[in-house]
Formats: sequence, structure tokens, C-alpha cells
Amino acid sequence: MPLLEISKLTKHFGGLTALNDVSFSVDRGEIRGLIGPNGAGKSTMFKNIAGFYTPSAGDILLDGESIRGHAPHEIAGRGVVRTFQETTLFQELSVFQNALVGCHLRARTNIVSAVLGLDGARQRAARQKAAEVLEFMGLSERRDQLASELPLGSQRALAVAIALASSPRLLLMDEPFAGMNPEETRQMMDLTRKVNDSGVTVVLVEHDMKAVMGLCRQITVLNFGTLLTEGSPEEIRNDERVVRAYLGGGHRL
Amino acid sequence: MGANKLTHVAGTAALLIALVILPGHLKYHHQDFIIFLTINVLVVVSYRLMTLTGEWSLIHIVMMGVGAYTSALLSKNLGVSVWLSIPLAGVSAGAVAALLSFPLFRMTQFYFLIGSFAVGEAIRLAWVYFVYPFGGSSGINTIPSPELFTIDFMEPIPYFYLVLAVVTLCLLILHRIENSRIGLTLHAVHWKSPLAESVGVNAWKYRTLAFIIASIFVGVAGALKVHYLGNVTPHQFGVGTMVFVLIWVIVGGYNTFYGPILGAIVLSILDEAFRAFEAIRPAIYGVLLIAAIMFMPRGLESVPGWFRERLFRKTAE
Amino acid sequence: MLLSVKDVHVHYNKIAALRGVSIDIEDGDFVTLIGSNGAGKSTTLRAISGLESPSSGEIEFSGNPIHRLSPDRILKLGIAQVPEGRRVFKDLSVLENLRLGAFTRRDERAIKRDLDSVFHHFPRLEERSGQQARTLSGGEQQMLAIGRALMSSPKLLLLDEPSLGLAPIVVEEIAKILVDINKQGVAVVLVEQNADLALDLARHGYVLETGRIALEGPANQLADNEHVKTAYLGI
Repeated sequence: MPLLEISKLTKHFGGLTALNDVSFSVDRGEIRGLIGPNGAGKSTMFKNIAGFYTPSAGDILLDGESIRGHAPHEIAGRGVVRTFQETTLFQELSVFQNALVGCHLRARTNIVSAVLGLDGARQRAARQKAAEVLEFMGLSERRDQLASELPLGSQRALAVAIALASSPRLLLMDEPFAGMNPEETRQMMDLTRKVNDSGVTVVLVEHDMKAVMGLCRQITVLNFGTLLTEGSPEEIRNDERVVRAYLGGGHRL
Repeated sequence: MGANKLTHVAGTAALLIALVILPGHLKYHHQDFIIFLTINVLVVVSYRLMTLTGEWSLIHIVMMGVGAYTSALLSKNLGVSVWLSIPLAGVSAGAVAALLSFPLFRMTQFYFLIGSFAVGEAIRLAWVYFVYPFGGSSGINTIPSPELFTIDFMEPIPYFYLVLAVVTLCLLILHRIENSRIGLTLHAVHWKSPLAESVGVNAWKYRTLAFIIASIFVGVAGALKVHYLGNVTPHQFGVGTMVFVLIWVIVGGYNTFYGPILGAIVLSILDEAFRAFEAIRPAIYGVLLIAAIMFMPRGLESVPGWFRERLFRKTAE
Repeated sequence: MLLSVKDVHVHYNKIAALRGVSIDIEDGDFVTLIGSNGAGKSTTLRAISGLESPSSGEIEFSGNPIHRLSPDRILKLGIAQVPEGRRVFKDLSVLENLRLGAFTRRDERAIKRDLDSVFHHFPRLEERSGQQARTLSGGEQQMLAIGRALMSSPKLLLLDEPSLGLAPIVVEEIAKILVDINKQGVAVVLVEQNADLALDLARHGYVLETGRIALEGPANQLADNEHVKTAYLGI
């Protein structure tokens, strides 16, 4: 059974159809690329999966169970976590506190325990998990810096660390490579592989074709809200329709 | 960090000692003043839970009224001991907040602000309209004082100590909440709600929780007020009073726990000092407010840090 | 010389963002600034357009000092900036967005001529001129942002990361249009993370590192430079 199954998903906004009858599935352990022109519906797809939008029709199955229409925090509770386009962090908190917010599911507490300090074990476990994910993402040395003071590459790594702190099964990454230079891109690719090796399935929306082609064995292409095609990087690169709709002349791939 | 913490602890201790010694040396009229000031400190600090989540409400003072009416009715009409009616005032304000959260938290930001104002006015109208049991616009009079051995809580000094003890306890609890996991989560909900939700935070639940806790504590503040005044009317909890709370918070600063406290204390003392110039008092207040916003955009709370920085630079040189 | 940036320093609070940047741009030139995030590329653009004031150094435009002028004065003199992140007025129509770009001008006939020229460069904007900007795709919004800058009839166009978050085919389309605009006589300064593309389009390039110019030269020579290759082209 695939980990994620999108079944005939449709999303309307008023008269506009952002997604039209899209179906695909992602296997456990994959890094899946989701590409397509701007406005093809990639971000809308993410928002539907993560619960920020409710699909107009169709279903989303996680491990065979429908998660359609659940609230974002409930879907996070089932192990689906997204990162955001551009850098979304708690800028005024420290790196460590950012990771700590990510530990919400294991650290949440009630008001009485919080006031009387009865939740010590939970909070210790959360702090330990936060330290672990920072170590994992190579951010340990920066743990006391403010998130806003980090260079772009580390900010993106922190965004992934926050997501990892909630121990996801499925990580949805929205343009994690945008605006990065080649060196930063290389580091982020390594980190993405490392996250994937630790057992997290990844779905990646990205325009940086070097990164997508380098990371994904399977790529799904959306165009005008419909599924254009799926295939290996090689197949996608040579698919005439993808070249015409998305890749262009491509001497810069 | 260490030095910072030390200043805080020392400052708080000095303030407490001063507050314990002070009242005996004040005139009757000033004793009144510090009782209300101490109660107002609880009002602004409980409001801080709302500013933490970013949802500034205009209903806070009305929730204080809910506590006040509850405690007044329980103690006067049902003969409940004031020692019990004060905590019950908090419970009832919290319960009303829990009910109101269903309509109110369908809105956010500006709409929430206006919605909270409308609901608050509706509650105040209910107090005016239902003469039984709320006493209409003249409210409820001859509300009993607390009784303990032979202490006369009608007198300002004993009542001040009672208020000081209750408010100190409440502040300790609120401080713990802010520095706990819950405080961190409220901050997260405020600044990047979608990011918080994406890692499993139920933002709606935390906004509601903040509103309920804020209401519980301001309800207690309301009860403390009526058992000293001896009467309660709908006019005591109008939007005009709410505006004062907002001004205290803004002038004091809302990035630290002690900012709003500073705002309430400093502005109340200034207000008191200008009592002699009754006619132009609002104008003086207005000028002070504008000056504060122009010269201290981050509030009074930024002043100690500013001095510390100066001091450090001096010693470093 | 159209624009001459002379030893400009910019500080944010106490931190130096630019430490002596000098750039020369001829009439009709196409120049690119490349470098890592935080190297000072955007700050350089902001200093030229008057959004940051230099703590020292001078900027001259057509021989006149402009580093003390406000952004709107600099815009009137003929320097337009397309900020990062496709900033358009999302609730306004495409046409309204473009007309806002001519906000500082009075001559209706000249405005009409520039509008026609924008529609010539971006036929897609003409097709959609009545639509709300929020209904445009990311690429079209970027085109609108560029079109709006052109409506002030600039002699110099500053672009900050126009390829960010756009599909490869759209990047290619916008690149072609930038070359066209440049051919019509508008000088272009392009800040790009996509150094490959930028050095391909520009005639002259500057490499910024930690607030200084580390390298400069004809773009095709920079593209062959070993340091540029490893650090910015990822080869």
C-alpha cells in the first residue's frame, strides 16, 4: 500500500478550478518531485494534503485512511508536516526555541501541570528531541542564536528541523531551494537525503531542476491543475509535453 | 543573563518590601489609590495573555465586571462567604469566556476586536436591563466585606494587604504560565499560526485557553474591587475604562511580563499627581501619551535595558 | 557615464552591509551583480534607488549626485526598481497596476506610448489588462512588476532576483524580454542568484562578497573564471 494516495482530487475557488481530478500515489521511503508551471496547482495540492484547504471532491489517503478535510493540527498529529514557501520561522525566538515549538505533540501539557511543574518529564523529553533534530540538521552550534540572524541556508535547515521535531512520516517541502546558491543547494540536497534515509518520505515542490533531478527517482508533473505525466527524471526531461509546458529550451538544466 | 535575572529578582523583592511597609505612611486617600492600583496591575497582567496571542480584545473589562457581579450576588443574595465568592468570581468569568469563545473566535484580528466590543456591550446592557438580579443602572449596593477573626476589612490597610496577597499569588501563577510550554505555544500561535498548526498546534484551542485564563484572573480582580467599594454598577466596566487598560499596556510595552505593570503604575501615579489640575488633566495625559509613543516606541519596558546598556558601556570603557 | 557608484558604504545599525562598492554603468549597458545571500547585492540596488542612504561614498546619475535624494526623486530622474518577490497590488487590475507605475508623470500621450510599449513586450499583460493581479500566475505577476517599473519610463532598470520561484520556461521568457528591453536603450542592472543565467544575459558582471566587489569583468570572462565556476555556477 502506498503511504500517500491522492485520488481524483478536485479543488475549486469560486469559478476557478485549481486542481481537476488529479490522482497519484507516493510510496513509503520515496523522495517524490512535484513540478509544473507557476499556477499549475502544486501549492494548492500541498495545502489540501496538509489540511489548510478542504478538497472540493476526491480523497486523500494516508496509509489507506482518509485524511480529507481534517484540520492541519490533526493531520500533523498523523505524521504529515509541511514546510513553507519562502522562509517561515519564529524570527524572534532562538533556534532552540524554534525546534522546541516543533516538539508540540510530545510536549503539550495542561494548564495545571504547567503551573505546578508536573510536566517535567514531558518537557525534558521535548528539549532532548529539539536538541537531537538540531544536531541532525547541523545547527547545534547555532542553538542560542535568533532565527532571524541565521544565513538563508541555515534558516531553511531550521524550517526542516522544526518539521522533523514533530516526527513526521511524510514531509512536504515547498520550494526549499529557492534563492540558494550552488553551495547552499548542495548542502540542502545532502540534508534532504539524510532526512529521507532516516525513514521520512518526502514530497518536494521545486523549480530548481538540478535539485529535483538529483534527488528524485520519480517525478509528478502538474499543468493547469491536471496531471500531465509521471516518470523518471530521464523520461521527464525528454517528454515533449513537459518541455513545452515547463522546462523550455532547457540549456540551463 | 545572570546579571539581568539578578536585577529582576532584586527589583521585585524591593518592590514587595516597599509595598508592605508603605501603606502605614500614606494618607487615607492615597491608601485607596494603591488598593485600586494593585487591582489594576492584575487587570493588565491578565490582559497580557490576550496580547501574547495577538488577539487584543475589548471585552476584558466586561469580564472583570462578570467577576464583580458574581461575587457581589453570591455574597449578598445567597450569603456565600466572600472568601469563597472571590474564587468563584474567577470561575464564573472563565465559564462565560468559554461560552463566548464559540462566537468570538470565529473571528480574528480587527473583526475579533469589534466583535469582542459588541459582545461586551451586550453583557453590559443585560446588567442594565435585568433589574432583578443586577439592580439596573444603579447596580448593587451594600456588598459585604470579607470577615476574618477581628480584622476590619472595611479599613483600607487590612484590605490592601489582602489585595496584595491575592494579586501577588495571581501574578506568580500568570508568570509561570507565560514561561511554561503554554506560553511558548501562545507566542507561536501569535506570530506564525500556520507554522504552529503544521506541527500539530490547535491554534483555536490555544486562543480560547488564553481568553479563559485571562478572564478568570480579571474576574478575581473584579471581585476584589467590589468588596472594597461596596457597590457595583454597569458604568464601572465601560469601554472608557478599557481604553485606559490599552494605554497602560501600550505605554508600558507588551514584549515583557513587567512592561504592562510599569505602564499601569507609572501612568496611574502621574494621573494622581495631576489631580490638582483637574480641568486640564485629560490634556496632560494626552500629551504624555503622545510623548511616550514618540520617544519610547517600545514602551517603558525598554528603559531599564537602555540604562543597563549605558552602564555597561561606561564600565567597558 | 550613466551611473557611477563610488566607494559606497552602507550600515544597518552598526553592521556594515557594504564596505566600499564601486560600479560604473554606461548608457544602454547590461550589468549583473552576483554573489551569495547577504553579500550585499540587494543593498547595492537599494542604495542606488535611494531606499538605503550610504554612510559614505557617492552615487552619481548622469553626472549629478543622487545619494542624498529621496526614492521618489530618484525614480523621477529615471531609475526604476523591480523589488524581489513579485510585489504587485493584488486587488487592482493589471491596467491599474501599470498606471500606478506612471504615478509621477502627467503627460498622458507619453504614458499611452509607454503603455503600448509595455504591452508590446508583454502581450500576455494586454490580454489580461482587466483582470485582478491576484489571478495572474507567478510568472505573469513578475512580468507585471517589470511592466510597472517600465511605466516610469526609466533610463536605468534595477531588477532584484526576477527568476525567484519561477518555472524554467518562464525564466527563459522573462530573460528574452529583458534582453529586448535593453536593446530599446534601457540600461539594466540585474541581481540574480541564478548566476548562470545572469552571466549569460549581461555584458558586464560584478561579484560581491561580504560587502565588497571581489571580482569584475566582462560577463563571458567571469563565466570562465575558476572561482566563479566553483562558487556560483556549481560546476
